[in-house]
Amino acid sequence: MLKTEELQINIGPQHPSTHGVFRMLVTVDGETLVDLKPVFGYLHRNHEQLGEVNTYLQNMPFTDRLDYFNSMVNNHAYARAVETLAGVEVPERAQYIRVIMDELSRILNHATAMGFMLGDMGAWQTALLWGMREREKILDMFEYVSGARMMCNYCRFGGVVRDIDDWFITELKKLMQGLPHYFDDFEGLLLNSEILLARARNIGVLPKELALAYSVTGPVLRGSGVAYDIRKAEPYAVYDRFKFKVPVGTVGDVYDRFLVRIAEMRESYKILEQAIEQLPDATGGFINPKVKQQSLKAPAGEAYARVESPKGELGFYLVSDGSGSAYRYKVRAPSFINLSSLADMCKGYSIADVVVILGSIDIVMGEVDR
Amino acid sequence: MSDLQTQMDLEQQGVLFTTINKLYNWGRRSSVWPMQFGLACCAIEMIAAAASRYDISRFGSELFRASPRQADVMIVAGTVTKKMVPQVVRLFNQMPEPRYVISMGACATSGGPFRDGYNVVRGVDLYVPVDVYIPGCPPRPEALLHALMTLQAQIDVQSLQQVRWYGDDEGVVNEFPVPIFGAEGLEVPGIPGTADPVGGTPKMPPFVSPALGGKGERDASIKALEGNQPKPMLRAGTVTIEEVAHGIAG
Repeated sequence: MLKTEELQINIGPQHPSTHGVFRMLVTVDGETLVDLKPVFGYLHRNHEQLGEVNTYLQNMPFTDRLDYFNSMVNNHAYARAVETLAGVEVPERAQYIRVIMDELSRILNHATAMGFMLGDMGAWQTALLWGMREREKILDMFEYVSGARMMCNYCRFGGVVRDIDDWFITELKKLMQGLPHYFDDFEGLLLNSEILLARARNIGVLPKELALAYSVTGPVLRGSGVAYDIRKAEPYAVYDRFKFKVPVGTVGDVYDRFLVRIAEMRESYKILEQAIEQLPDATGGFINPKVKQQSLKAPAGEAYARVESPKGELGFYLVSDGSGSAYRYKVRAPSFINLSSLADMCKGYSIADVVVILGSIDIVMGEVDR
Repeated sequence: MSDLQTQMDLEQQGVLFTTINKLYNWGRRSSVWPMQFGLACCAIEMIAAAASRYDISRFGSELFRASPRQADVMIVAGTVTKKMVPQVVRLFNQMPEPRYVISMGACATSGGPFRDGYNVVRGVDLYVPVDVYIPGCPPRPEALLHALMTLQAQIDVQSLQQVRWYGDDEGVVNEFPVPIFGAEGLEVPGIPGTADPVGGTPKMPPFVSPALGGKGERDASIKALEGNQPKPMLRAGTVTIEEVAHGIAG
């Protein structure tokens, strides 16, 4: 084989395929990737430090800006952490509303994430526009309940800030009528595209053992064949009342992660159907009226709460010294930990595959750098 | 018969009149190509503005260029951190004239909710001159479209005889100083000491907006901020928070 000199290439932080301000220092031998060194911190916004200055409620809108695709899920996870810390009861209706919002977020996130990934592969715009189209429909629902499109700031300690009404349920049902067809379309776009199969199959393989060693979670882990989902492993909210499957892949390549995301959207749809059916009436209330939101003081101690965010295990760790704000505040961000497996996933593949593999991990820099 | 009447009569017969300024600005305003450059949350709304529902191509700006050398406007969409600001300035320096900057969202405009943080730049206008500011966190896509229309209105009134990128460019700054990391933090060449210390206010005034006639100079009407000592951040426990009736709870 011809011996060529190794070359270092810098990708990012300003690059169309780095999903934000992410930089990769890539060493290539010809077209083949030898080494990859991720460089981040370009969006470090002192989230954890601000969390130790803010009161518990003041910090809620900051969690929106972690993973800015899924602000509802972030709110849910943070609210759960504070509720665990302060021992707050959550009414059943609020739990159901949170589940509905989480699953809508999951559909939104997977649709756009796949759109971006296909864009990285060269299916420029079309797939992304498909994803953004569904996103806009779901954002309309979010805007109706919370007042904001992206930064919802919807959860409160012991419930949610506003109740959902009949109009919301009617519109949600209308929205859901179109979803199965949309999933079929998206899957057809995937399965029937020769180019896409060539670029996704057996690319970026992450073996099961390596995935577990890196403690990756979410669709990346399930794509590698581990059926681990916090909604099943440690059911929170009311997830133990729903029937749904945990889709897994077999090989652990880009294609499997793709299929897992499509299947997860279908499962989310099933959960939504059941949640709407089981939604309790408004008599139980949608927020715990005993909680003093603005001046919440948690007893000294620590708490960790986690949810299955669309990207993986999202956990919030709080230490309280008894005052009105957290003494220590730590976010276990799924994007960051999944990203640590990037170098091993990319080694041996061509440099053009790097952006595809990065797209298949589905990172958000707001969460990686915090 | 008035001039306008003559013009309209002739236009009916297919003879069009215009001024060179109007034609020049019409061409520029209708193809303002942004740089594909997203920093944070606002970038997602920028993409939403480019997608089918809001469709930024109605205003001629759908071509997001990945290279600064092909772009006309830099939309600073998101939080600019101290690690990122040298790259932002360098990208702006690489853009050819005529070039414009839209500061999208609270973070790019002033630091936004993260202003008090140790790693966030308090306004991108401290480093590059900004033409249009958009408030909001994040601004809706309609707000971005409005900013684009505002920029187009600014382009409309530019005169070919006076634009800064033709003729003698005396007093016009083309290269903006790229901040560097010094011993104590981010330093801007030409500004003594740490440019943007943690706490207090930045040690330099922002650039005059080109829309207000700025040619790359800092706003002299804003005095150097002497005696403005950095303050330690207060822990929330030391601040008394009024009990506000929440309406629902509390």
